[in-house]
Amino acid sequence: MNPAYSVILFTTASGAGYGLLFLLGLVGLLHGRASSTAFAITALVVALALITIGLLSSTFHLGRPERAWRAFSQWRTSWLSREGIAAIMTYPIALDFGLFWSGLVERDWLIAPLGLLTSLFCALTVFCTGKIYSTLKTIPRWHHPLTVPGYLLFALATGACLLASFAIPFQRFQPFQAGIAVFALIACAALKQIYWSFTDTAPIVATMASATGLGQPGQVRQWEVPHTTTNFIQKEMGFVVARKHAVFLRKLVEMLIFIAVLLMLVALQWHWLAWPATIAALAATTTERWLFFAEAEHVSMLYYGKQQV
Amino acid sequence: MTSLPTTTQKKLGLVIDLDTCVGCQACATSCKEWNSQGVSAPLTDSKPRSAEPMGTWLNRIHGYEVKEEGRDDSRIVHFPRSCLHCEEPACVTVCPTGASYKRAEDGIVLVNPETCIGCKLCSWACPYGAREYDYPTGVMKKCTLCVDRIYNENFVPEDRVPACVKACPTGARHFGDLGDPQSDVSQLVKERGGFDLMADMGYKPTNKYLLPRKRRDVAQVHIEVLPKGDGSAIDKLFAWADKLMSSSRATASANPNDAADRLEG
Repeated sequence: MNPAYSVILFTTASGAGYGLLFLLGLVGLLHGRASSTAFAITALVVALALITIGLLSSTFHLGRPERAWRAFSQWRTSWLSREGIAAIMTYPIALDFGLFWSGLVERDWLIAPLGLLTSLFCALTVFCTGKIYSTLKTIPRWHHPLTVPGYLLFALATGACLLASFAIPFQRFQPFQAGIAVFALIACAALKQIYWSFTDTAPIVATMASATGLGQPGQVRQWEVPHTTTNFIQKEMGFVVARKHAVFLRKLVEMLIFIAVLLMLVALQWHWLAWPATIAALAATTTERWLFFAEAEHVSMLYYGKQQV
Repeated sequence: MTSLPTTTQKKLGLVIDLDTCVGCQACATSCKEWNSQGVSAPLTDSKPRSAEPMGTWLNRIHGYEVKEEGRDDSRIVHFPRSCLHCEEPACVTVCPTGASYKRAEDGIVLVNPETCIGCKLCSWACPYGAREYDYPTGVMKKCTLCVDRIYNENFVPEDRVPACVKACPTGARHFGDLGDPQSDVSQLVKERGGFDLMADMGYKPTNKYLLPRKRRDVAQVHIEVLPKGDGSAIDKLFAWADKLMSSSRATASANPNDAADRLEG
């Protein structure tokens, strides 16, 4: 599948934003009003800015961005529509939560319920994002039970890194922030290892022979392509990454996560190291997202010469 | 609305006979021609006269070589591929805007070019690569089964078929109601055994493919071209000439199969 930069940026940036906002909601739920108004506002602005950048970038890959509002209508069947609705509904809830949690408006009894609601909507939005991919039977590598947990865990890990980093200038760094980041990052690395080992050895879904009905596997070969230049289907579904790059990039993901974990552990002593840890975690997520697309194979390519998917 | 109709009154679709298709591309070009002016807004091309032309087509004709085990030769099968108007089209249910829909009256799957946002998710959900994105207009395009022809009362009844069916010079494409067991297309499918592309995917395609019939034995076909020899005077003359030439060419191949070639030569 073609790794569209806008979609990679969207899922990485807004994933981190939702992860951060999710944790802020939980902090509000468990601890009540923030002890530093400046920190609360900064963290909320960062989270919402990342979410907004991601959402705007995802509309760039639309053919008709001016019609994007129509995407809120088909929540009965479409995970993309559900994602859009959950994403938009998070804004007013999070803004209300922010007003009370930061102490700008004093209504402390609303902090806990709104914090919980904010966290729920953040999780719901990322869950919907994962579901868009995991429900596509046409792409066996995405149609996998670990796709949705993967999106959720990477969002949590990058969100926790951001929380620790932005807490530093306000003297609000606490070990639990680094702790969540470390555990979530380790979980991400483990999940991806399991996901790759499963999807690499997954049974073949279809062959050129079964897709065309013309014979037994190995007997059918593409003899003539229908057109002389690349068409949309090939551009979108036929993106292939060299196997050696995939192997290298997988190692890079694991390496970056390892570095992020190490830095975050040392950050317990030297807090400022949470920043490079965050950068490493975001780089790992971007690489993972790129691989998620580039390694995915679409069954329609069976008609274009691929022998099996 | 992207919720699928529980049943459709008709199941309009195509039956494509791979035994008869000669790969002439007439269905593809007539489709392009008709749909460049039809109901779904133009089917555009990008840089059509450049070295890298690109365009949106709703019908693509592949060619496959099938080589069966134990045979030296292979056969070429021309394979038209377009939207199959599935009964369970995930391309419709994933659509976030409702631009994609399946009609309850005849089962045709359509895209409304006025409300499509061009997110391309439907093309990801289609296992058949049947939906093509129209870059210049920013919306998704697909086979409409020529809704603007099949119900068109300005046409004489025999022209109320999809453009591809009308254009096919060998009669390899058949159009009709596959939900009616008495229809011609249903009878044809019953007789020849219709094939569902990637049935495992569970999309329940309406369009059916008639796979090529079993081939005649090649060895038998080969023997048929050999002269039988009827014992006539002219036959004896040729046999004598053959013998004379064979014996005069000492280096002639010892392969008895070559005798046929010498006889013909």
